[in-house]
Amino acid sequence: MQTPEEFELSRRGVLVGGAASVATVTLVPIGTATAATPPAKSPPTAKVAFEVNGTKRELELDTRTSLLDALREHLHLTGTKKGCDHGQCGACTVIVDGRRINSCLTLAVMHEGEKITTIEGLGTPDKMHAMQDAFVTHDGYQCGYCTPGQICSAVAVLDEIRAGVPSHVTADLAAAPTVTKVELRERMSGNICRCGAYSNIIDAITDVAGVKA
Amino acid sequence: MKFDTPATSNPIDQMKIVGKPTNRIDGPLKTTGTAPYAYERHDVAANQAYGYVVGSAIAKGRIASMNLDEARAAPGVIAIVTADNAGKLAKGNFNTAKLLGGPDIEHYHQAIALVVADSFEQARAAASLVRVEYARGKGAYDLAAAIDTAIKPQASFGTEPDSAVGNFAAAFAAAPVQLDARYTTPDHSHAMMEPHATIAAWEGDKLTVWTSNQMIAWSVGDMAKTLGIPKENIRFDSPYIGGGFGGKLFNRADVLLAALGAKAAKRPVKVALPRPLMINNTTHRPATIQRIRLGATADGKLTAIGHESWSGDLPGGGPETAVAQTRLLYAGENRMTAMRLAVLDLPEGNAMRAPGEAPGLMALEIAVDELAEKLGIDPVALRVLNDTQVDPEKPSRSFSQRQLNKCLETGADKFGWSKRAKPGVARDGRWLVGMGVAAAFRNNLNAPSAARVRLAKSGVVTVETDMTDIGTGTYTIIAQTAAEMMGVPLDKVVVKLGDSAFPVSAGSGGQWGANSSTAGVYAACVKLREAVVQKLGLASDAVFADGKVKAGRRSVALGDAAADGELVAEDRMEYGDLAEKSQQSTFGAHFVEVGVDAMTGEIRVRRMLAVCAAGRILNPKAARSQVIGAMTMGAGAALMEELAVDKRFGFFVNHDLAGYEVPVHADIPHQDVIFLDEADPTTSPMKAKGVGELGICGVAAAVANAVYNATGVRVRNYPITLDKLLGKLPDMV
Repeated sequence: MQTPEEFELSRRGVLVGGAASVATVTLVPIGTATAATPPAKSPPTAKVAFEVNGTKRELELDTRTSLLDALREHLHLTGTKKGCDHGQCGACTVIVDGRRINSCLTLAVMHEGEKITTIEGLGTPDKMHAMQDAFVTHDGYQCGYCTPGQICSAVAVLDEIRAGVPSHVTADLAAAPTVTKVELRERMSGNICRCGAYSNIIDAITDVAGVKA
Repeated sequence: MKFDTPATSNPIDQMKIVGKPTNRIDGPLKTTGTAPYAYERHDVAANQAYGYVVGSAIAKGRIASMNLDEARAAPGVIAIVTADNAGKLAKGNFNTAKLLGGPDIEHYHQAIALVVADSFEQARAAASLVRVEYARGKGAYDLAAAIDTAIKPQASFGTEPDSAVGNFAAAFAAAPVQLDARYTTPDHSHAMMEPHATIAAWEGDKLTVWTSNQMIAWSVGDMAKTLGIPKENIRFDSPYIGGGFGGKLFNRADVLLAALGAKAAKRPVKVALPRPLMINNTTHRPATIQRIRLGATADGKLTAIGHESWSGDLPGGGPETAVAQTRLLYAGENRMTAMRLAVLDLPEGNAMRAPGEAPGLMALEIAVDELAEKLGIDPVALRVLNDTQVDPEKPSRSFSQRQLNKCLETGADKFGWSKRAKPGVARDGRWLVGMGVAAAFRNNLNAPSAARVRLAKSGVVTVETDMTDIGTGTYTIIAQTAAEMMGVPLDKVVVKLGDSAFPVSAGSGGQWGANSSTAGVYAACVKLREAVVQKLGLASDAVFADGKVKAGRRSVALGDAAADGELVAEDRMEYGDLAEKSQQSTFGAHFVEVGVDAMTGEIRVRRMLAVCAAGRILNPKAARSQVIGAMTMGAGAALMEELAVDKRFGFFVNHDLAGYEVPVHADIPHQDVIFLDEADPTTSPMKAKGVGELGICGVAAAVANAVYNATGVRVRNYPITLDKLLGKLPDMV
């Protein structure tokens, strides 16, 4: 393994080319800021139109805007959560054209004409979706931050099983998958809950699926 | 109200609403995405700009130069905050390292700049244009290499580094059965789902932050100190917190930099710590090296208990108090514990769920399992045999309640413990199957807590306190408390939390929140009851029930007391010396069954049961969730969680949720929790204790012991990954 000193000596040789003696304190250049500062340019924007929870929305966005940030920062639909912004946690799960996706891993402008369902589109506090209601009944959450993603995922998971989509734990790929705890746990594993409500979440989903828990 | 004598009967004992497994009152908001978390408060301040944090690329040293030209010229950039231009900033009392570093750098990813721009995308892009040259210093990053330099630290929060009773050395040397083993636990990350996030806005010299924080009053005080402005000029609002586990006890870079950014930009600024920055920028549970020595008679009586722990932290930091439980958990006449602290230049070590006990029991409860095997005594029986009803270091002091044995025995019965086989022999197809047990122990703490209650003409009772709900169920148990006290149904109670404008509560930490905050609400409700009775001219022994106040033959609607205007009462629960007179602790037993793949060493948790004795359980549904969540985190600690230290450059390598693995759905089976029926009159009028940290205590050791029982392979270095089993598994038949 390289020591920091070895590492710095070799890097300095390339990057600095100086003849400084080895010391406990050494310079580590990061990046090269020699070029003249370029003039600021406005970032490119693009128009996009899609349907969110049954309502047509048109936006003109910085093309770097993720679908997640379009929902949260531009449409103020903040039920969809940003947990990692890197597709690692599932808190941003939404349903696009019937399939669940991590909305942080996709640019908003890629979804022209598509139908997006967020947690707000499933139900409201006064008129909850059956899955939302089951999460309340089974205490399938604690801090609540992963919850919208868990619920969107759960709704889509049941649709996937109904549609016959197999998973890693489906034993017989030729037979229709069934709603079992093992199937649910596998399919829900992209949605992290650090509070650890998993046992209750699976109870909630099996309840909605009409399967004995 | 001062609580200085044990509680007698009071309205909470009715248990008409308290003690029921009520659904959370905030559930419909959380499940529909309408509960507002910090970064989402578009409504609270117009024209919010976006801040993006730049973290240090070295662990120790100084910033030689910083070139902001390109970043400043980038599209949309409004302001850049650095230590150079932020003005004088003091370090908060609760922080070990500064929240804004520079020119000196104390740890990797210490914040060194905030770039504020019109949009998130612009701020992020401009942040990447901040050019920094560093002068790297030498640091210490390897705990094992640093323990020779470790020193005896000062007492922290009343916990002395050392303890000694009797003559440990002689008793251990003389013990016919001895265990002397070394265990290690790695650094852990809270990894809560909601990143630390804040929106800050200034109005003149007054600052408001909408943030995600467990301890509102502490953090207001620290912010005032850091910025050098009066506390009265700062308001914190934190009604919903997307997980904390100790990681949001104190101000972090988001809140300070949002405040500084908003000042520099002259408009509200929102900042969330990017996930890959969080682990090195914020705090973590420090790694430990522990040595445990147990001496016993041949029939299993402990005669000598020795527990030493080494951990590291930044200069000025404290030790991981991993020996704390060993002073109280088992009988034994000759005892010693010691904690030593090394200076490490890793990110700041600090509290994470059950600090001390969580890593301490990870080691101690393997040691007890090892001793049981040496003795040829069942590990449940060995623990039962060495129970103590008094503080073993001060035998004149008894536990207020202690049902550890009942937890162990109930659990053994329910779990089918008697079916446990000898190590390495039970098979289920390709799986080696094993069972493990561990004791759970965590002290109960109380903290003063205040609340205000308002009674409206409609009969609606509104509770206001700066208490926080970090997923614990605070909203619901406070509503249950107020409903029980005022004799109204739950839907007639409104609970408002997390606003520093409200009375100062205990906050959420150290599993003191539930009992302390509801006791504060109890005190305020007692005052409101007095005001109601007085207003209605009723006898002081009036009964509050069914939305009415009844005395003698009179029965009046509660809301009538507010007919001429709202009635408001406020009080604070304070504590006498009951917690010194007797030892208030919480107890449990964890039972785990694992399967270990006989060929690959893959470990799967198959069953988990916790039996807890923790005073009155205010809401069994929410309390159960606290415990299963803690069991899940404990399974993570046993099997996967480890911050990998780069010992050359001094940082945690796996600093995101892809690299730092936490349990997912597929890792966790159905979990069972049993609460023993208890009410502890010494803790508060609520007669409750905490469970949120108890639940994690011992879990990892129960998993480790189950892995041993399945395979015959003893792993003393967490996490127990399959590479530590391979080559040692029982021969294939």
